[in-house]
Amino acid sequence: MDRVTLLLWLSGALFSLGLLGVIVRRNALVMLMCMELMLNGVNLSLVTFSQQRGDAAGAVLVFLVFVVATAEIALAIPIVLLLVRFTRSMNIDRYSDLKG
Amino acid sequence: MLAGMGAVALIAAVLMLVLRQPMRVALALITTMIMLGGVYGLLGVHFIAAFQVLIYVGAVMVFMVYVIMLLEVRETPGSDRYSRWLVPGVTAFALLTGALGISVYRSSAVALPAGAPTFSLTQFSSAFLTTYWLEFELTSVFLVAAIVAALAVIKVSRRANG
Repeated sequence: MDRVTLLLWLSGALFSLGLLGVIVRRNALVMLMCMELMLNGVNLSLVTFSQQRGDAAGAVLVFLVFVVATAEIALAIPIVLLLVRFTRSMNIDRYSDLKG
Repeated sequence: MLAGMGAVALIAAVLMLVLRQPMRVALALITTMIMLGGVYGLLGVHFIAAFQVLIYVGAVMVFMVYVIMLLEVRETPGSDRYSRWLVPGVTAFALLTGALGISVYRSSAVALPAGAPTFSLTQFSSAFLTTYWLEFELTSVFLVAAIVAALAVIKVSRRANG
């Protein structure tokens, strides 16, 4: 199998596994980590495409994804901390009284 | 080498869904990220490999592991690991993987040139700061917004504590 095909397949598999994790797991922190896995899968495809085209645009996009992922975690973790302090649980089914 | 690292990354990603304790899930995710860093290094984009390890493993996952240790909320042993969305989730996963796999298989992908990287760090940096300067500046605005939002969350938490 060609290297590009292999890497793109790996990237798709990582994205799908992350999505599956977000859907099926109930622990809020594990769901956040599965989102990180999805971002990693997307990053792999961006790097592969930018290497394939010999263009730096994909690498620029990878850096922007790094920034977004870091900011996402920096915001999501305090929210999870607050929710855990209120409900004493990391199970997202316990957060069902959230409105909006 | 590349295929082996990819396989380890994939196995660790599957382990993330199976393991119960959040700390073990975090360690599996760290394994995936380091292996992806190795893949980037083998592809020849060494600066992305370095930042993958520095930002993801060094910042994001250390933060995550720290929070897992801080929270110390144990799952009750009898509780279910998976939500009731398990069957629709697995179905969606199979459909998505199949669709992506078929489209990748059908696409006429141009083979990667072996060995040397096709663009250098110099090219990347000048493209980042000239062609994509607007995105670079928007990133700083975005980071300021993130800081303000984090402060707002802290304020909510202080008010809730009285």
